[in-house]
Amino acid sequence: MSKGFSKTSVGRKVLMALSGFFLLIFLLQHFIINSLSVISPDGFNSTSHFMGTNPLIQYVMQPVLIFGVLFHLMMGINLELKNKQARPVKYAFNKPGENSSWMSRNMIITGIMVMLFLGLHFYDFWIPEIKTKFINGDMSGLNAEGGMRYFEELQHKFVNPIRVGIYCLAFVFLSLHLLHGFQSAFQSVGFRHNRYTPTIKKLGNLYAIIIPLGFIAIALFHFINSSH
Amino acid sequence: MNLTLKIWRQKDAKSAGKMETYPISNVSPDSSFLEMLDLLNNELIDKGEDPVAFDHDCREGICGMCSLYINGEAHGPDRGVTTCQLHMRMFKDGDTIYIEPFRSKAFPVIKDLVVDRSSFDRIQHAGGFVSVNTSGNTQDANAIPVPKRDADKAFDAATCIGCGACVATCKNGSAMLYVSAKVSQFAYLPQGRVEATERVLNMVEQMDKEGFGNCTNTGACEVECPKGISLEFIAKMNKEYLKAATCAEK
Repeated sequence: MSKGFSKTSVGRKVLMALSGFFLLIFLLQHFIINSLSVISPDGFNSTSHFMGTNPLIQYVMQPVLIFGVLFHLMMGINLELKNKQARPVKYAFNKPGENSSWMSRNMIITGIMVMLFLGLHFYDFWIPEIKTKFINGDMSGLNAEGGMRYFEELQHKFVNPIRVGIYCLAFVFLSLHLLHGFQSAFQSVGFRHNRYTPTIKKLGNLYAIIIPLGFIAIALFHFINSSH
Repeated sequence: MNLTLKIWRQKDAKSAGKMETYPISNVSPDSSFLEMLDLLNNELIDKGEDPVAFDHDCREGICGMCSLYINGEAHGPDRGVTTCQLHMRMFKDGDTIYIEPFRSKAFPVIKDLVVDRSSFDRIQHAGGFVSVNTSGNTQDANAIPVPKRDADKAFDAATCIGCGACVATCKNGSAMLYVSAKVSQFAYLPQGRVEATERVLNMVEQMDKEGFGNCTNTGACEVECPKGISLEFIAKMNKEYLKAATCAEK
């Protein structure tokens, strides 16, 4: 890799795309695990325990994930600031809607909204988990009654309707972000082909709708269950 | 047609500009947009006022000289045309038309609607050429077989007239459609492969130095490009750059 690759416009977009691909894969595995909470609470408990105690996941994958999220955020803000400088005088009259989608033009807004939600998500799940395991030293995954604690904790987080509402709204922003981001990442790494690109766009739209909608459905499922 | 024109007026590169309003009447719907501006300038000259400065040359849609951001779109509301090919029938009697220069840090305004697009020339100088030994025994380019598909792609890329509509349109002021067309037109040809690595690295470096923004794949440039240059070339440039930056022996 040449010196200064990350400082060039093309290099930055390639790195943005690669971190995006990584986050797309992470999101898919997160969705699969969360789906278990609807299908099989026991399966969810054992998978969560494995993910929360496996050294490879905890000490290698988790830091890589945090780095990936922060890198994607910082690079996105950096690009946005540089792009603002490229047009110091704005148009008096502009019609961007004539030639591009709202999603493609507002990736920074949808991205920041998702990141703000991640702050709440960390506060809700990640920080208590780190406290339990690494401060209290409890790696057992058990609650006070001796049963597995993960499913119970998840259900407890979806009792408050405001929190569920914020959760659902965040996934609407994520969907808008992915509607452009998925296919854009392929374009950024130079993959565009007459035969495959239309399929990638369709696949991207499906991913951008199904995965966030799935997360919303899981949250509503637990909220409805808790209120009965 | 009777119209109200709101035009950016700026005395010179250092002065602050502002939008001025000019009513204009008896405009033929069959006239071109530039002819309509000619009509306005004749009226301004008759009144002893300074005519509106705007770029133009061939008026046939091939030189890339005319620019203008008309009613919020580069080269106006029509598709696949330059401003000189835009006809007044695209507007309605009584319309208000906003006319602004292409806005970009790398395209500073010289006067009124005229912008300095020499940043594009400097990008070309950085690598948009094929070096040829002209000692007298140069090989005929036609003697080198080129697959039809590659020749067509190279030709499509070469139809870029360098007008700058892509930069003007892009929300980020990115020049990647232009640079990618110039990189690709040679990258698809065997004659261009020899210098492909240096070309893409040098042209991208110069593009960044000029202060253009970063591409975020909105696709607006492709829609507004008067020559229909495809985003496919940006993907091609990204691939060429990735290959050059990771594999170049420098």
